Amino acid sequence: MGKRVLVTGLGTFWGGRVAKALEADPEVDVIVGLDKVEPTIELERTEYVKSDENYSILSRIVEATQVDTIVHTFLVVDSTQMRARTMHEINVIGTMNLFAAATDSSVRNVVVKSSSYVYGCEPGDPVWFTEDMPRQSPPRHRVERSLTEVESYVRDFAVDNPHVAVTMLRFSNVLGPELSTPLSRLLELPAVPSIFGFDPRFQFVHEDDVVRAILFVLEHDLAGVFNVAGDGLLPWSEVAAICGKRTVPLPPIGQGLVTAALGRLGVDIPPEVGDLLRYGRGLDSARLKRAGFDYTHTSAGAVRAFIESLRLTRTVGPDPEYQYEREVEDFFRRSPAVVRRPR
Amino acid sequence: MVGPTAETARTPAGLLPVHVPAPAAPELDDPRTSDVDEWGRSEHTREIARALFAPIYDHWFRVEWEGLEKIPADGGALLVANHAAAIPSDAPVIMHGIETELHRAVYGLADELFKKVPVVGTLWSRAGGVLAHPDNAYRLLRHEQQLVLVFPEGSKGPGKTFDERYKLRRFGRAGFVQIAMRAGVPVIPIAVVGAEESMPTLANLGPLAKALGLPYAPVTANMLAFGPLLGPLGALVHFPAKFKLRVLDPVHFDVPPDQPRYSRSKVMDEAESIRQQIQEALYDMLRTRSSVWRG
Repeated sequence: MGKRVLVTGLGTFWGGRVAKALEADPEVDVIVGLDKVEPTIELERTEYVKSDENYSILSRIVEATQVDTIVHTFLVVDSTQMRARTMHEINVIGTMNLFAAATDSSVRNVVVKSSSYVYGCEPGDPVWFTEDMPRQSPPRHRVERSLTEVESYVRDFAVDNPHVAVTMLRFSNVLGPELSTPLSRLLELPAVPSIFGFDPRFQFVHEDDVVRAILFVLEHDLAGVFNVAGDGLLPWSEVAAICGKRTVPLPPIGQGLVTAALGRLGVDIPPEVGDLLRYGRGLDSARLKRAGFDYTHTSAGAVRAFIESLRLTRTVGPDPEYQYEREVEDFFRRSPAVVRRPR
Repeated sequence: MVGPTAETARTPAGLLPVHVPAPAAPELDDPRTSDVDEWGRSEHTREIARALFAPIYDHWFRVEWEGLEKIPADGGALLVANHAAAIPSDAPVIMHGIETELHRAVYGLADELFKKVPVVGTLWSRAGGVLAHPDNAYRLLRHEQQLVLVFPEGSKGPGKTFDERYKLRRFGRAGFVQIAMRAGVPVIPIAVVGAEESMPTLANLGPLAKALGLPYAPVTANMLAFGPLLGPLGALVHFPAKFKLRVLDPVHFDVPPDQPRYSRSKVMDEAESIRQQIQEALYDMLRTRSSVWRG
């Protein structure tokens, strides 16, 4: 019997990408996707269930579908997109409900997509964070607080449920053709903001490697915490150079005022990204590599892939957007008129 | 055994074995445009720094080394030296000297204070400065087999006043010995004479330092001497004290690397013994020094 997988945040970039990749895997029998919003990419056999953002109906779904694997991709790491309260609901309450539903159930595998923001960003940080290093100071920004809290739930769940393989992936700054993050939006500007006198080293991971890493840990039943980040650290000035852009230095003092003023102009630099522009951050990705994972892009390679696809999109326009139609999707999945070929 | 293995093939004449590399994972395309390494050091920046510092090194401080051959041409080693001068002149002298003589990069460990200062922090990092975090030092020594320079006195060295010159302070909590043990590399002690006189601290303004969040706020002889002439810039100019450096015998620790912890008493003993070696070398060098300026 193949895997039965539940994906959270199906309507988000990651949920959609992971579900699509799972559909191609003949080992996976059933894919159930949860979200408040409809999927944004075309899916063939994933079952979409509309739910509220903190999954109050989750235990019923787990009970009904008897899923054995949960892929929790729906953690918000981009604090510019929503209010603090909503983020708290999604990240903390959502995860709490998810684990409540997964306790004493059919679930044997949980994969959580976390972020390198849990390590913080301080001047006293080591150049490379390994999975076992604690952050240097208590979380200061709401994204960091939120994710730190989520991770503590994940750890508690892993301790309380030793029969469940719990995997936590901490992703470095993700770049790619389709994803929009606070950092990618900075790199899309005609000139890239930096902080005067600071040129920290950045690490990136390509969006494809993010999806591949999630599939990799599912396929190999890896449990534990893993950093996911491309090889190499490069200075922010070089990131801008690869994008063929100049940097615009912002004053190093009065950051609150500066970012507020920029926010008015539509350039959002959330505080956790402001820290990165000062001190940068590196993740040691050796553990996942030792487990056999190969990256397709280095840090610098991810930057170039990002800017090249951005240039193409700017010239030929974005791909046509997919519109989810329940009736159409239902027809393909359930109508007796559709001839189903064995996979 | 006869015949080609997977690793070797034979030329058509069957005479010379030709090495065929095993098919490795394809190298990933890495479109880097600068030479800044993962630690922030840039050889290009170092070249410029060396070109700028060479006249000071050769003609102002007139640096002389003794025992430079004790620093290995390859392999990791932790260089440990005494630390002095309100704006420490010993770090650039040691890094410049080793890089020009041995053509090896030196990474200098320093406090996080540097990282917080705009421009200074970035230049310091490009010039080979790395935050003094145990994991940074371990990786540089163990994985990358680099030379790493550390001043175990920390800011207590440069922060002391002139009447305490050449009296070594406590060597922190002996963390440097532990890192060298874990990394399996020797400690190479270096005694530096000259830095103390290049920028003597006359008094320390404790409350000011506290208010500014600095480890010390010195009134230096250089401020008084050069201040009237150069204004605030005078505080940055060192006196042309003659620099003499003596590299002592490398200290190898008879312990296996990568242990989770080492005997506390052994670590403390080794640190104290290294401290004493440097202290004795300093006294020895001072005995034969006839002039602060001419050596």
